[in-house]
Amino acid sequence: MQQTASIPLPADWRDFFALTKPRVMSLVIFTGLCGLLAAPGHINPVLGFTAVLCIALGAGGAAALNQWWEADLDAGMKRTAGRPLPGGRMARTDARDFGIALSVASVIVMGLAIGWLAAGILAFSIFYYAVIYTIWLKPRTPQNIVIGGGAGAFPPMIGWVAVTGDITAMPVLLFAIIFFWTPPHFWALALFVQSDYAKVGIPMMPVVKGHRSTRRQILAYAIVLVPIAAAPWFIGGTGAVYGIAAVILSLAFLGFSLPVAFRNPVDGDGMKPEKRLFAFSILYLFALFGVLVADRLLAAYGVIA
Amino acid sequence: MTPDEKTEFDRRRRSKNLVLGGILLFFVMLFYAITIVRMG
Repeated sequence: MQQTASIPLPADWRDFFALTKPRVMSLVIFTGLCGLLAAPGHINPVLGFTAVLCIALGAGGAAALNQWWEADLDAGMKRTAGRPLPGGRMARTDARDFGIALSVASVIVMGLAIGWLAAGILAFSIFYYAVIYTIWLKPRTPQNIVIGGGAGAFPPMIGWVAVTGDITAMPVLLFAIIFFWTPPHFWALALFVQSDYAKVGIPMMPVVKGHRSTRRQILAYAIVLVPIAAAPWFIGGTGAVYGIAAVILSLAFLGFSLPVAFRNPVDGDGMKPEKRLFAFSILYLFALFGVLVADRLLAAYGVIA
Repeated sequence: MTPDEKTEFDRRRRSKNLVLGGILLFFVMLFYAITIVRMG
């Protein structure tokens, strides 16, 4: 019998897992958890776990939809050519269906277990990343990283709203911190990593506007980040532990951005200032959100006012 | 389908079923826990 010869091999479960971009998801889980832990009030640990799980599932669903849509682009770039879809290890419709299933399930579970405001923001964040960013604006504007930063900025807001049930200035500020942090973080990387986005027609800032403009914009975002990161302290949303740490960390971030902004790189100089800024940007975000949680816990246990 | 392909086909299907079964079991337990907490 030769009839079974046309049956394709089923995709390995590891390829479905890879569709969710687990490394990106780890940052999403961290910031979502920090938003949840830093929020005033109490949430049952089971519900808190469920909220973070839903944030992670939603991010995974959006990532799967992103890879479904960009399968052709991914095939044309060295960094992404080995992903499950361009690698030919999975049918494209399977990735789409998996992404939709994860997204819908995450929103429904969030709505039923936590509340429909958190679920609504989660649903919008998935739509924002999969449709507004991936399908609409990423291939059309060099501001794509700025727009994409919005998608990554939702998790702490959702975590916060899962506890409090309403949107106040604090979750909006947490959103703003990640939103303004993303461009200098990613553009620092884009300056020293030779990417082949241009080859597949994605307009990245260093390619479209040039290195000089990108460096100036990195500095502009780093300057704006100083008052925004400290704003939770100014409005009384956190204590001095967070406030002082935020000012010091943000000034250090600005300090790392200055040599990047005003430098004229030459071939073979190692791009050290750009690499240092990128490395510090990761440390910055983890430290800032870690201190945010520490400040809240210290206040909750009466160590600080 | 060659015997090797058939073996790989069965292996992948079995591992996928096991993972899916585990996920379903996890969600059954999670929904049970959520229900108990929400009733409390």
